[in-house]
Amino acid sequence: MKKAALLAGLAAAAIVGTNGFASDLFDRIDAGRYNAVLADCAACHTRPGGKPFAGGAPLQTPFGALVPANITPDPETGIGSWSYADFRNALKTGIGKDGKRLYPAMPYPAYATMADADVADLWAYFQKVEPVSNRVVSNQLPFPFSIRAAMIGWNLLNFSPKEFQPDPAKPAEWNRGAYLVNGPAHCGTCHTPKNLTGADKSGEFLRGGNLQNWYAPNLTSDPHKGLGNWSGDDIVAYLKTGSNRFDIASGPMAEAIRHSTSLWNDADLKAVATYLKDVKGSDAAAPQPIAATEPAMTAGKAIYLDRCSACHVSTGTGEASLFPTLAKAPVVNGTDPTSLIRVVLQGSQAAGTPAKPTTPAMPSFGWNLSDADVANVLTYVRNSWGNAAPPVTAGQVKDLRVALTR
Amino acid sequence: MARKLPRKDVVIVGLGWTGSILAHELTDAGLDVVAIERGPWRDTATDFNVAYAPDELRYAVRKDLFLQPAQEAMTMRNSTAQTALPMRDYGSFLPGTGVGGAGTHWNGHTWRFFPSDFALKTHLTGRYGEERLSGLQIQDWGVSYDELESAFDRFEYLCGISGKAGNLNGTIQQGGNPFEGPRKREYPLPPMQMTYAPTLFAEAARSRGLHPFPTPSANLSGAYVNPLGIAMGQCTACGFCERFGCANYSKASAHTTILPVLMRKSNFEARTECEVLKIKLAADGKTASGVTYTDVNGATFEQPADLVLLNAYSLFNVRLMLLSGIGKPYDPSSGEGVVGRNYCYQTNASAQVFFEGRSMNPFIAAGALGQTVDDYNGDSFDHGALNFVGGAGINCIPTNGRPIQYRPVPPGTPRWGSAWKKATKQYYNNTLAFSSQGSSYATRGNYLDLDPTYKDRFGRPLLRVTFDFPDNDIRMSNWVSDRMKEIADAFGGKQVVVGRQQKGWSSVPYQSTHNTGGAIMGTDPKTSAVNRHLQSWDVPNVFVVGACAFPQNAGKNPTGPVGALAYWAADSIRNHYLKNPGKLVEA
Repeated sequence: MKKAALLAGLAAAAIVGTNGFASDLFDRIDAGRYNAVLADCAACHTRPGGKPFAGGAPLQTPFGALVPANITPDPETGIGSWSYADFRNALKTGIGKDGKRLYPAMPYPAYATMADADVADLWAYFQKVEPVSNRVVSNQLPFPFSIRAAMIGWNLLNFSPKEFQPDPAKPAEWNRGAYLVNGPAHCGTCHTPKNLTGADKSGEFLRGGNLQNWYAPNLTSDPHKGLGNWSGDDIVAYLKTGSNRFDIASGPMAEAIRHSTSLWNDADLKAVATYLKDVKGSDAAAPQPIAATEPAMTAGKAIYLDRCSACHVSTGTGEASLFPTLAKAPVVNGTDPTSLIRVVLQGSQAAGTPAKPTTPAMPSFGWNLSDADVANVLTYVRNSWGNAAPPVTAGQVKDLRVALTR
Repeated sequence: MARKLPRKDVVIVGLGWTGSILAHELTDAGLDVVAIERGPWRDTATDFNVAYAPDELRYAVRKDLFLQPAQEAMTMRNSTAQTALPMRDYGSFLPGTGVGGAGTHWNGHTWRFFPSDFALKTHLTGRYGEERLSGLQIQDWGVSYDELESAFDRFEYLCGISGKAGNLNGTIQQGGNPFEGPRKREYPLPPMQMTYAPTLFAEAARSRGLHPFPTPSANLSGAYVNPLGIAMGQCTACGFCERFGCANYSKASAHTTILPVLMRKSNFEARTECEVLKIKLAADGKTASGVTYTDVNGATFEQPADLVLLNAYSLFNVRLMLLSGIGKPYDPSSGEGVVGRNYCYQTNASAQVFFEGRSMNPFIAAGALGQTVDDYNGDSFDHGALNFVGGAGINCIPTNGRPIQYRPVPPGTPRWGSAWKKATKQYYNNTLAFSSQGSSYATRGNYLDLDPTYKDRFGRPLLRVTFDFPDNDIRMSNWVSDRMKEIADAFGGKQVVVGRQQKGWSSVPYQSTHNTGGAIMGTDPKTSAVNRHLQSWDVPNVFVVGACAFPQNAGKNPTGPVGALAYWAADSIRNHYLKNPGKLVEA
């Protein structure tokens, strides 16, 4: 009898517990999962084909290789022994458990702007991720960069942690977009140019960056180098499906779309579009195109017609959802031609999403176009059909060819 | 000793057109599907790279995409009186291999057979009497054109076929094929823009009261997004279709229409460079328990499955049935048995017109960019006073002007030296060719079986092909060649040459990769290997899909009906078999 009463009591407690706590926890874990998608944690912390968040593939920085940590709750090799404070500090100050300094390849300067509530949700989620035992030696930098204490100086120079403050003069959608772009989505990590110490160049927010031998194009409203010709809907379509009427994502952005933005809710995508349309570009006038009569241009045109026009069309318009438009494209008009050289040399596969499953691919031409051929054809592409950008040199092609085969 | 793998719902043998379609449909139905493909994985950007895809020596001459005889050969003879010998190289026909199968290297002609073709025996007997069919083994398909209409439609919309309807819901349409069966809606894309030679051909044909129309083409006339959401591009008319993979995502194949979606599915798996050795039967011999296969390293595996689908090339489906003991082998001396029965081919002939001072620009071409006349095809004309049945489509489809193999010169030109060079230069741009693609009707003596002498590298008997052009088909083809001569003469060219089909099929020169029959569908288990759902009469958890199911071949390319049969079989499995596994038709 006593036992039955006890059981009834336990049952009642369980019901209260379920309603009063577990559902709240469920919501927090679910919100944390979505925040992990917004922040694209998996991009770095999950090795391709590996267990989720058990440590990633090495990141090649200008200073050497860093291997993203195991952030599963494994007590030995992951963050299982961390407290919430450790986790929050790592994200928002770049200082992990026991005062260990993180390198800013982990975008804590961006995450520092995240709201504490979002970080708490992330923590709730990461505690429920499957623990995986996988020891990661993160720091593979050469001396002197291997000295983590060096980051103290770096932070002094480049890092002033501050939570995002909404601009009361702007609508809520704009502010949500600003929060996402600057905070969890850390767009500037790739798309903002870096100074010699690897920090964002001041005053050049989202004006195009170079990372791991890819050029991340200008995302400002600059009509020549940036997204000025894209409507908000174009930006949303690109982030949601991997392609829009102009472009198809490839390279690291294809990964970001596949693992992150294609899984965002529509309101957040629209918020990002609203904000990006309002990010001012450089005031500099668009350059004049190189004259079509220049030798590089005539040589480039011949190669283009022979090798490129079957897909990208002789007028550079491409074909929707299949072959990117080259005319007036941000990545083509960017000052830095790295991505262009790279996809010509190596080829590239486009993003595939449920909405746009085609995953067309650019074939590799590195095996039968010389450095000069690649330079000429890209100089032609960068200075035709309304494009204007500095010429590509054979030396640039050669350097990237070497870097890519390393 | 084969290693036994975990069970799958479905094992598919061969990941070409039909394997891909069935895999897509059955994974959509929630089944766990594995496809076993003996050739390699291929991807457009890597394997059909635009910078080397147009390599005529590699692909057209050395046949890089095709099955090589070292992997599987076959033996051939013209009649049972001869001893079949193995071929050293594939010549007369070129089976594909690898993911995408023969649908990778095809030209892209995408037809529906005529309604009368599907009930051919009933139709011809009713119109001309039984006597007219003597010497032939013509049969009905057991499925009607009307039943297949939606399946044809789905295949055409999957591919983005470019064409002009000739019959919309019974109303004849200007500019299309007036002899075709009624279709419910237009082609997904308009016809391709015509080049010069087909334009001249259409004018000449029209001047003789014929009804030319644009050949329905799987080379796309414009950009297209298919019902699976997969985008394709406009064909650039580069002239590298047949024997080549398309570098521009503009020729429909499994790669460009299905695989991007199929390969993302968690309930689908493709195992390439794995060759199925046989279908394993349960002890009662009436149920397949799965397949055994060997991988590229020579390790053998047993893959158990509830359902086994044979989606290999038609000839290899038949061979696998024979090797596995599924269905009674056909015996031409008694006319009994079903597996190997009614092997048919294609009865072709050609015409060339040599001009002076024209610019045909043959290098602006695509595999299916041209004009067809169907006035003499199938039973679209009265055979009452004639001494044959069947017919041929007449096609002016200049598929290429490739530098090695496209060297038209008039008969009598030396084969080498300065006179040949001069003629080559003169006629490269001044020749118009067209051809007839004729029906091939079954006879008792044309069939497939296992060779008693020659074996493959696994010790399995090779397939033996016993075939010659039937007298009926020769009469048909020659009569159509006379009609081609009349059209050719109407061009007013300098010289007309008509090449006629003759008895004595040779396996050496290329003729057509349209091998049909051997595992035909029908309504009587005594005369067909599979029922109208393409289900084996003897082993009901085996379905056999492909041109091997055609009871006889029509004067058209088979891929359209092959695609339709794949959808038809998929519907039968999804809507009937899965609800009640067992025989869908009681014998």
